[in-house]
Amino acid sequence: MIDLSVNIAGVKLQNPITVASGTFSAKESSKFYDLAELGAMITKGVSNIAWDGNPTPRIAETYGGMLNSVGLQNAGVDHFIAEELPFIKKFNTRVIVNVAGKSIEEYCEVVKKLSETDVDMFEINISCPNVKQGGIGFGTDAKLAFNVTNAVKKVAKQPIIVKLTPNVTDITEIAKAVQDAGADAISLINTLLGMKIDVHRFKPVLQNKVGGLSGPCIKPIAVRMVYQVRRAVNIPIIGLGGIITGEDVAEFLLAGADAISIGTAVFNNPRAIVDIKNEFIEYMNKHDFKSIEDLKLSFAE
Amino acid sequence: MNYAMIIENKAIATNVYKMVITDNDIVKSADIGKFINIYTKNPATLLPRPISISEISDTSLTIVYQVVGTGTAEFAKYKVGDMIKVSPAIGNGFKIANVNTHILVGGGIGVAPLVELAKRIEGKKIAILGFRDEPFLVDRLEELGVEVHVATDTGQAGFKGNAVQLIKSEKIEGDYYYACGPKPMLKALSEHCKQINKPVQISMEERMGCGYGVCVGCVCKVNGYNKKVCTDGPVFLGNEVNWE
Repeated sequence: MIDLSVNIAGVKLQNPITVASGTFSAKESSKFYDLAELGAMITKGVSNIAWDGNPTPRIAETYGGMLNSVGLQNAGVDHFIAEELPFIKKFNTRVIVNVAGKSIEEYCEVVKKLSETDVDMFEINISCPNVKQGGIGFGTDAKLAFNVTNAVKKVAKQPIIVKLTPNVTDITEIAKAVQDAGADAISLINTLLGMKIDVHRFKPVLQNKVGGLSGPCIKPIAVRMVYQVRRAVNIPIIGLGGIITGEDVAEFLLAGADAISIGTAVFNNPRAIVDIKNEFIEYMNKHDFKSIEDLKLSFAE
Repeated sequence: MNYAMIIENKAIATNVYKMVITDNDIVKSADIGKFINIYTKNPATLLPRPISISEISDTSLTIVYQVVGTGTAEFAKYKVGDMIKVSPAIGNGFKIANVNTHILVGGGIGVAPLVELAKRIEGKKIAILGFRDEPFLVDRLEELGVEVHVATDTGQAGFKGNAVQLIKSEKIEGDYYYACGPKPMLKALSEHCKQINKPVQISMEERMGCGYGVCVGCVCKVNGYNKKVCTDGPVFLGNEVNWE
């Protein structure tokens, strides 16, 4: 019997597979698979008040990936607590709430309110490339990343994961700053800033002009960054970026992640979570690993 | 997710194809104005292609699609007997109103879902169809007892101009309107219906990501709020859509 469980900052996940923020809806995703298959669900970004997001088109397909400029559209934390949380708590899995903000105060306001609920953890999104203020602004500057993490940590009653952007010169510098500020875990990578131009209409495909690139085309960058960050900090890492197979899961864990998130793959296959999990178990069996720790310790450089 | 078998796939106009697929679950989920997501076999194109359902039989679905990029170009190459990955039917489709005269307005490939709609309407039905240059599905609609009026941008067939211009020019009027087509057409028709005080259901056009309500890519403003075109729509009431 393989033990797939992992421990992220004191929270036990029944397996290392989580679903990436913004690619999941408990209501819609649960029509395709049992959410109890997940180690944890990570919700779409929640802000202090409702955000409208960006104008459409918000989606552009690229080779082996896609760009999005959704811009964290959400109905705000009060609506989330009243309307969404009761439903998502029905499933036998951990709940990690992704938190968005345009200022330190906004992040803290959301976390304060959610600290009074029974969610399991927070993922602080300091890396969204699609919001003009806040978001990525906090994630590209070590000092600001420290400040927002420090402030949120003070008001959070649950462990906090800080989600990092790859759109920086040295991601380890940001990782160290958020660890120093008290982050309980780190997730990486958020999307890479990209652009697509329609050569027949002579203009950008996205109304926002630029957006976040995700999908298998970004996986080698994500693996490299997880590997680098693993060597820079000692807090747990949730790795993500382009995972579409069970072997991709293993690759992130070997690079140093303690858990992983699946994102864009669920657009290609709404049941991807289950398929990838089964492939991963097959991989574990093939190599006769009894636990995630076994797999991680097998990495040789 | 299901794999449906292709039982027909042929061109019916330049770059426009009719495909018939069969799979019990998918057929059972189908309804007028809903769509299916078709997943390409090419691993470089990750996103599904949302395609509206044109006709529904007891055992099969007919879709009519236009080749506009690599995904639909791949579809055009499929052979009878090929299996394709398809989602169940998604979205809220057209609801047939209890009136005497129904007006169906289609623009380009947006004509496709009007076929099943026409099949189910029992009263008088008039279709106004706009195309760039080459009409299609006109014969099929006429077989179903629809009075069809055609407009083309180039004037190659029928009225020279668009569908809404044709409606105004010929003073075509009915009790209830249904439409599918490009956004400018939907907007112009919604404005026209508002002026003549007639209700209109429109099947909204927007670029989709996941096609099943998780990515929040395909939104439009309805009564001041963002609605997901894929799962809240694609059909909305024209007078409730807030046009930019």
